[in-house]
Amino acid sequence: MVGKTAERRNREVLVSHLIQAGFLVGLIVIWYLAATRWGVNRLLLPNPVAVYDNLFDILRSGEFIDDLETTLGELAIAFAISVAGGVMLGYLISRSPYWIAVFEPLLAAIYSIPIILFLPLFVLFFGLGPASKIALGASISFFPIVINTIAGFGHVDRLFVTAARSMGASDYHLFRHVLLPAASPMILTGLRMGFTTALLSIIGSETLASLAGLGHRIVHLAEAMEMARMFAYIVFVIAIAVALNAIVSALEARGKRN
Amino acid sequence: MLTRRPWSARLLVIAALLALWEIAARWFVDPLFLSPPSQVIASLDEVFSTRGVPAALQLTLFELTVAFVLAVAIGLVLGLAIGLQPLVRRSFFPIVLLLYGMPQVTILPLFILFFGIGAASKIAFGVTHGVFPVIVTVVAGVQNLKPILLTSARSMGASRWQIFRHVIFPHMVPSFFAGMRLGMSGVLLGVLLAELYVSIAGIGYFTTLFTQNFDPTKLLGLIGVLAAMAIVLNAIVRRAEARFARWRTE
Repeated sequence: MVGKTAERRNREVLVSHLIQAGFLVGLIVIWYLAATRWGVNRLLLPNPVAVYDNLFDILRSGEFIDDLETTLGELAIAFAISVAGGVMLGYLISRSPYWIAVFEPLLAAIYSIPIILFLPLFVLFFGLGPASKIALGASISFFPIVINTIAGFGHVDRLFVTAARSMGASDYHLFRHVLLPAASPMILTGLRMGFTTALLSIIGSETLASLAGLGHRIVHLAEAMEMARMFAYIVFVIAIAVALNAIVSALEARGKRN
Repeated sequence: MLTRRPWSARLLVIAALLALWEIAARWFVDPLFLSPPSQVIASLDEVFSTRGVPAALQLTLFELTVAFVLAVAIGLVLGLAIGLQPLVRRSFFPIVLLLYGMPQVTILPLFILFFGIGAASKIAFGVTHGVFPVIVTVVAGVQNLKPILLTSARSMGASRWQIFRHVIFPHMVPSFFAGMRLGMSGVLLGVLLAELYVSIAGIGYFTTLFTQNFDPTKLLGLIGVLAAMAIVLNAIVRRAEARFARWRTE
């Protein structure tokens, strides 16, 4: 009986994988036919084979390295700023229930505004270079980090704190052995969300107004109407973003296990 | 402590930030880059009387509304189509989640090439941003449905439509409205990204113009109006969510 349900379950998984593979193959076949047979303009839809060749060429020639460095450099600085600011401010606010009641709704309200609106302002302040991207990425990713840090530190069971204090824990010991372990799952979630939004907003701001970086490269190729190479870069950037997000999610899961 | 009420302290914090901004802009920062809030508010009139700005704002509101309605309608239909059949859900839900996780902004230039610089591309980009959270929450809402409810409704002779109207839909309402809220954030992001990207028409034209003219007063005014628009739209969806999700707790 148990063996039979397991077998049936295996078969169901296999069927859904087959459907997924069929869907993907069907999509590529339709793309290929649309580009070669059905006369869709090559300036709108390049041949998938040409996209594949271009992707291969980009990877082999290594011409992506400069843009990748720019984007990842901006990402690293923006994320470092928002982590430092968000965790520190979140911790300070969480020290008092009163401050939580004051600041939490305020931060949530600002976070619900699409902060991408402030990009023109950052461009005015910092110019078209990396600084405006860092400013936007840091200010967008600051919010999930600070909000989750407040939630993490703010909702530690008072009993743990009282117990640790009555056993004579110092401020440092209380922080290191009670508050931090209790808050870290929420903080890690905030860091993961912050990283994802930072990556998204940096590629986004490079797309909107910039001089270098992966987002800029895609726009540049779009303006030059080099569609096959542009599609190849889109695939490349999406692969990098998906890989980075997977790494960060894995780190989050690992941090929560310890 | 001045007061123990959080909301009045919140107002104080906002006032302090505005005061800081005013002082910084008046005496410390180059007026080419930052203007004080008092001046921004005083010149809102001027922003609205700039030729083309009211039309661009109106068009943006129109795009946001249409994109939101389309995202919710398409998301609801796709979410039900994917969520109600176990085989379809197992096959296509992972694909939906994968697409949802992709940075869509990389294909923004494609949308402009396909749909032009007008409203169509902005609506399309808003829809692709807003539709995924709606699909995901509808699928999640349908999944929470207890099979016993469906079975008993069917055994009492309910038609497909009656099952949807009286069993599935009421159970979906809380998650559906949560999805609408997330969908609205997505639509706002998508439409505004596309508006800012196109620098020869619409909002993007004016933000580029004000930036290049070093006119922070008008730029801040325009950004402020758009932010207010976003706050109002978010508040409407939140209100609706609070109102329609109420029956559960009653």
